[in-house]
Amino acid sequence: MEKGEERVNEEEATAATGEAEAEAEVNPWEVSGKIDYDKLIDKFGCQRLDQSLIDRVHRLTSRPPHVFLRRGVFFAHRDFNEILDAYERGDKFYLYTGRGPSSEALHLGHLIPFMFTKYLQDAFKVPLVIQLTDDEKYMWKNLSVEESQRLARENAKDIIACGFDITRTFIFSDFDYVGGAFYKNMVKVSKCVTYNKVVGIFGFTGEDHIGKVSFPPVQAVPSFPSSFPHLFDGKDHLRCLIPCAIDQDPYFRMTRDVAPRIGYHKPALIESSFFPALQGDTGKMSASDPNSAIYVTDSAKDIKDKINKYAFTGGQDTKEKQRLYGANLEVDIPVKYLSFFLEDDDELEHIKTEYGSGRMLTFDVKKRLVEILVEIVERHCRARAAVTDEMVDAFMAVRPLPSMFG
Amino acid sequence: MGYTKDQLLARLQELQIEFSKYEHPVVLTVEAQEKYVGNVGASLSKNLFLKDKKQRFYIVSALADTKADLKVLSQRLGLGKGGLRMAPEEALGEILQVPLGCVTPFALVNESARHVSLLLDQGFKSQQRCLFHPLSNDISISLNTFSLDTFLKSIGRDPSYVDLEANPKVGKDQPPDLAALVPSDSIVLPELAEAALPSEHSNENHAAIDAKPKAVKAKAVKTPAAAEKVKDKSSTGLLPSVSFTDAGQFVEEILDRTSAILLSEIREDTLKQHGEHLGAVVSETIRKRLSSELKNLAIMFKNTAYTEGFHAGTRHQPKRP
Repeated sequence: MEKGEERVNEEEATAATGEAEAEAEVNPWEVSGKIDYDKLIDKFGCQRLDQSLIDRVHRLTSRPPHVFLRRGVFFAHRDFNEILDAYERGDKFYLYTGRGPSSEALHLGHLIPFMFTKYLQDAFKVPLVIQLTDDEKYMWKNLSVEESQRLARENAKDIIACGFDITRTFIFSDFDYVGGAFYKNMVKVSKCVTYNKVVGIFGFTGEDHIGKVSFPPVQAVPSFPSSFPHLFDGKDHLRCLIPCAIDQDPYFRMTRDVAPRIGYHKPALIESSFFPALQGDTGKMSASDPNSAIYVTDSAKDIKDKINKYAFTGGQDTKEKQRLYGANLEVDIPVKYLSFFLEDDDELEHIKTEYGSGRMLTFDVKKRLVEILVEIVERHCRARAAVTDEMVDAFMAVRPLPSMFG
Repeated sequence: MGYTKDQLLARLQELQIEFSKYEHPVVLTVEAQEKYVGNVGASLSKNLFLKDKKQRFYIVSALADTKADLKVLSQRLGLGKGGLRMAPEEALGEILQVPLGCVTPFALVNESARHVSLLLDQGFKSQQRCLFHPLSNDISISLNTFSLDTFLKSIGRDPSYVDLEANPKVGKDQPPDLAALVPSDSIVLPELAEAALPSEHSNENHAAIDAKPKAVKAKAVKTPAAAEKVKDKSSTGLLPSVSFTDAGQFVEEILDRTSAILLSEIREDTLKQHGEHLGAVVSETIRKRLSSELKNLAIMFKNTAYTEGFHAGTRHQPKRP
């Protein structure tokens, strides 16, 4: 299953996920249409991440909440308040996130869950496991086993470049790690989920191969600490928090349903909205269209060109009209991107006010955005250049992490 | 006078040596060069100008990805451990007659470089084409090793390709395998005091900056901001990004960035605006702007140290019972 990366257009989810909406479709395989996040929260049955929770995070971590929390990028959750309750009592938790390594090219949308997870790791001082589902990509895409493993390692380098702490982070690929205690949990989960149920959640048909049908437990069991005996031996009641994009929710609903039946805590979730494609709501971010997203390998010139040429703006057609009517902030992509990446709240407010009223031009907004994106991409490139194969080996080694809660 | 790039290129054409030419803005590092010629189907090279304790000089020219350890090379050349250092900046101009960031095998065309030894990465042979600067940083040429060899032979050089990553044992019964590549003659440079030994392992293409400030007057006039930028653009270098393995470099990088902000924030207008509170204001600005950047640097430093320790640990021999 993809975790917040580009969608594969499989069959639509069946009625099990609720009535089909005419405007929008959101399930682990398809994200399309204009999305009403409030309706989605209702439909899925998760909770809104309100200001009181954000303030609580601020208090508990003694540092300003991450820009993604402040701007409502991560906006929904399940049981996040319980994680915070336990944390306040002195009971820590661990983080679990992952990536389906289907391509070498990572764009900014891919990095968002990792940037947020890094913040969580630093703020709460907790360990993290990162799953690379090379087996899933082998099964769903036209890749050889070797290629999917190679991509997993390459993606690991970009993930490491986000700044995870090697003394608190374990990265693993399914092809390497599945077995032992992890496999035992997979089988326990499998026994609790009927064929009908999994078809209902994921829309499998009689034509799908059995690899796909039996894959979901692989992605479920990292939520259980006993899957990692080298890390969490004797800590069966350690809670798990999963930062992910909201399209993964149906998937972890299955995991949460199974957990109590096999004696484990339900994993908690903290969920993000989708990172818009450059062309706006009508476009889909896709690895095959290099102009739909900003890639971490883009040069400063590429970024400038992409923003200037392809970013969908809400600005008016002419300077005069712009000064009169102002920009439509609802659909303007540069402002949306700034709300993700411009850390300074005051500056963002200022830009929104000036641009919305017409006193600022699209040109200026784009210029500021390009500055910020270039900084992010260059920093990433630099960090990535420092990641060696030995470092990847070390992150992926099955080893104890004695200071993981320190 | 040293050869100019045009003279060199004309010479290559005379010799009927096949090459492709790419013009671009001046680059001082492999990383910067990669932005312009990273996609032309040729492999980038990194070039180091080194010297040993007896004033003998070497050019080591390698693929950008090759990991060559100067300590190992030093032993293989029979110079002992730590016998190789980056050559000082003056040597670049005096001996190779090329500007900063422009070390290249082609510099050997100059008479002044006749005693400089050349070590070429064996890895070049497996590449279709490789990129070098033809005596100037605003131009790169790509050519295959056959063509490079033709040129070198034309100036009376025997091309020596070496496995730069190899680490053979050197000891009583195993003589240094590269000893033949040590130059027979040393080169004496005017006003090159022994005390002015450059710092180790700069990861840019040019020689390290001399410890003594007077060296800074040579070649490019470096303003603090420019110096900060040059150090900022670190290439992958010999070992993975040296400022993450070398504590001294790491600290220098932090201090460079801090200084840059300090210098840019203390101006006439800000002094007027804040007066005696300027210190507190600038301090706050530094924190705000540098905090997350420096934390990222620190985490990479930590991860690199851990990785090296882990690597060593997996190979360590347990104590004998």
